[in-house]
Amino acid sequence: MKLLREIGETLRGFVATTGAVALFLVRILGQTPQALARPGLIIDQVHNAGALSLVIIMTCGLFVGGVLGLQGYDLLQRFGSEDALGVAAALALIKELGPVVTALLFAGRAGTALASEIGLMRATDQLTAMEMMAVDPVRRVVAPRFIGGLIAMPLLTMIFIGIGIYGVQVVGVQWLGVDPASFWSQMRSSVDVSDVMEAVVKSCVFGLTCSLIAVYEGYTATPTAEGVGRATTRTVVTSAVLTLILDFMLTAFML
Amino acid sequence: MREEKASAAASVASAARTADVIVEIRDVHYSVGRRVIFSGLNLTIDRGRVTAIMGPSGTGKTTLLRLITGQIRPDSGQVLFDGVDVARLSRRELYALRLRMGMLFQTGALLTDLDVFENVAFPLREHTRLPESLIRNIVLTKLQAVGLRGAARLYPAELSGGMARRVALARAIATDPDVLIYDEPFTGLDPISMGMIVRLVRQMNNALGLTSIVVSHDVEELAALADASYIIAGGKVAASGTFADLKEQQNSEIVHQFINGLPDGPVPFHYPAPDYREQLLAGDA
Amino acid sequence: MRSTRTVEISTGLFVLLGFAALFFLVTQITNRELSVGSSSYEVFAYFDNIGSLKPGAAVSMAGVTVGRVESISYDQNLYKAVVRMRIGSRYDRIPVDSFAAIMTSGLLGGQYIGIDPGGAEEYLGAGDQITEVQNALVLENLINQLVATFMRREDTQPEPGSND
Repeated sequence: MKLLREIGETLRGFVATTGAVALFLVRILGQTPQALARPGLIIDQVHNAGALSLVIIMTCGLFVGGVLGLQGYDLLQRFGSEDALGVAAALALIKELGPVVTALLFAGRAGTALASEIGLMRATDQLTAMEMMAVDPVRRVVAPRFIGGLIAMPLLTMIFIGIGIYGVQVVGVQWLGVDPASFWSQMRSSVDVSDVMEAVVKSCVFGLTCSLIAVYEGYTATPTAEGVGRATTRTVVTSAVLTLILDFMLTAFML
Repeated sequence: MREEKASAAASVASAARTADVIVEIRDVHYSVGRRVIFSGLNLTIDRGRVTAIMGPSGTGKTTLLRLITGQIRPDSGQVLFDGVDVARLSRRELYALRLRMGMLFQTGALLTDLDVFENVAFPLREHTRLPESLIRNIVLTKLQAVGLRGAARLYPAELSGGMARRVALARAIATDPDVLIYDEPFTGLDPISMGMIVRLVRQMNNALGLTSIVVSHDVEELAALADASYIIAGGKVAASGTFADLKEQQNSEIVHQFINGLPDGPVPFHYPAPDYREQLLAGDA
Repeated sequence: MRSTRTVEISTGLFVLLGFAALFFLVTQITNRELSVGSSSYEVFAYFDNIGSLKPGAAVSMAGVTVGRVESISYDQNLYKAVVRMRIGSRYDRIPVDSFAAIMTSGLLGGQYIGIDPGGAEEYLGAGDQITEVQNALVLENLINQLVATFMRREDTQPEPGSND
């Protein structure tokens, strides 16, 4: 009986949070036209979310590609088809690893930065001060960060995939001696533009989700040091879980 | 709708009768959850004067400011700003009204990613399309008024607490508001900075023809500063008048305790607890 | 002012790098042949069984990809699968009596349509049907046939019907 009630409570909390996030999204979208009128603010945020995440994205892309090269080669050479390494790794990177790993890294790097920045602005009364100066913080602070994240994510994903394929190539062709011609030609003949579009769609959805969660958590953070810390943690956890769930749904939908 | 208009008209009429009152709180009730913060609060703030709002911690002084600025709405009663019921305004109207208020936060609440100059320029850039040279002149004038023209290119992290508050003051007056609201402006300052802020509050009020509302519990500073004072306790106004009046009104125990800073009184030294002896003998926490 | 320029430059570099990566993926990694946009024509064929053929599968002649499977549907009147194929318009000399077969690349590979050219002088045009077809090789059917053959041989032996 008590368990049932607790489940009910949790469910109600979940539904309420979902509603609050959706309403927050509507509020952001309502302010988006005005936010777009000031591209300078958005450029700053593309810089924060994108350019500053570049090093970590590229490093991780290179190593994920390298691992794919090693594992893929080990698996494929058992069937004597190590020439297919290019296709296998490229498809894995484009369709799954690229969008998902980028989203997870984005949540860890840019998402936490966003949440803690906005949370701290809340905790130090900066958001209230803006409201008192008749400036809507959703327009001035939240919307540019949200849009910046939305722009940065697909670009980061493409860079991750590009670097990843280079990593596969380094390990597969230069270390393990896969024939470069068949590596590239097999890749080219089997990867379709629609696969790349799938990656773009996925990364846009993940970008929206991760940015939205980060700005929501920051904006609604309890205005204390502890509250900001908790909001940051929740940003990473929620973003990661939602990314993986959405990835499954999108894959099932698009395959 | 019609009723609302009628009452709005009525409140405008009443404002006309008392033209020297800029803020009026009428029988406001407000509670958070089960905790009652205000139960029938009434007070008026006169135009062009420095009004102090005092009270022990936790009596809802900051809540009162949030009511006046429309950040929260009362459960019942009215908050009138220049005759307009703040709680009934739409977001747009409220923002228009807030351009007439400047607010100084306890910590300054400067935007940490902008330097001092840009912080003061912020409201101008957001609300006006003034040419850069004019913005520069206005900002430098306001910074000169608080004595920090030389710090224009510093970032908030490089400022001391008192300096941050002075910058925040320059920012608050950048758009030439009618009312300046100070939330605990003296907290945590050294005596020199405190003296500067006291002087600035007085100067701003007289030179710019502002109305000032100062929320604080620093009795001595306010005694030197305020034209009128309110002491809030128990959700109501416990005492009001000039500072001399307050001293005389010490028939009320809470006012007596507050003004003289006594450790025990109606605000008890002990947090409510079961009987000391019984709890010791019972052996549980 | 200087810091603003740095921000703009690094953001610009980031955006350009992102688009360069997208461009690289679209042009260098993917199969641009016969993707949407390049000119092509459509032909179709009826199959009794298409096995696990999927839209997007290759249509090849002599091992060279000349087109892709556009769509697969089921015709309720004929009880057959309709496979529409989009062929690149440079391959405009496929004889009308060509033979389309559903093949499997490798033992476990995906299925594709292989076209063997016929001998006719007329060539397939837009909307034409390929009449000569061979159905997909379904592994289960093959095994059933094998088992049947095996059992028939066993029937001739002295003790029959022991394994039902």
